[in-house]
Amino acid sequence: MSEVKKFLYVNRKAPYGTIYALESLEVVLIGAAFDQDVSLAFLDDGVFQLTRNQNTETIGVKNFSPTFRALGDYDVTKLYVERESLAERGLSESDLQEITYEDEDDDWAEKPSIRIVSRAEMADIMADQDVVLSF
Amino acid sequence: MSTLHTVNKSPFTNGSLLSCLKHCRPGDAILLIEDGVYGALKGSTVADAVCENLADVRLFLLGGDVRARGIEDEKILSQARTVEYDGYVDLVVEHDRTQSWL
Repeated sequence: MSEVKKFLYVNRKAPYGTIYALESLEVVLIGAAFDQDVSLAFLDDGVFQLTRNQNTETIGVKNFSPTFRALGDYDVTKLYVERESLAERGLSESDLQEITYEDEDDDWAEKPSIRIVSRAEMADIMADQDVVLSF
Repeated sequence: MSTLHTVNKSPFTNGSLLSCLKHCRPGDAILLIEDGVYGALKGSTVADAVCENLADVRLFLLGGDVRARGIEDEKILSQARTVEYDGYVDLVVEHDRTQSWL
């Protein structure tokens, strides 16, 4: 098998107002077929993508927020969320939905996929990648 | 004579809401729609600027856009009132003109 590369998908847009957030998720799901080391970053308005209890019934578009909970089944288990971006928007971790994965190296124990990181840590994560895809 | 202002952009990535607030006159109303509804989040970096400019200006939110984004009632500024699509129509009728801050 060819060398595994580190891919980071950077999400900086709110859901629904533009198509970027949904398109990013689609690309992540497609890319998951290629067995790479995938991480997702949520910063700036991207943190709004993960709020709990989204209900799009009235605005007539697909609510894609439950799809984030399926990412674990595709071995996408690292969702980094920037703490400062949450705070600037009056949000905290408790405003986000719970997303978990089953760790095959730890007897399939259920573990959280969302990892809250500081802005400085986010910069380190970005600098550690082979490929960065921005949405 | 009054104006209904609509804002559909997030205040964290775009200056439309702040510019709108600075151009409102007493008796005007602001209706936040689409990503504009984030402008009514309590405790955000723009919340103070929003509240400071609401002396004689009413603030409304479009309910469907609020629910789509998972914003709970307790996260919304107390000055803001939520309306549905029929309330949106009423606001348009009540004011002499509608100005969209795109």
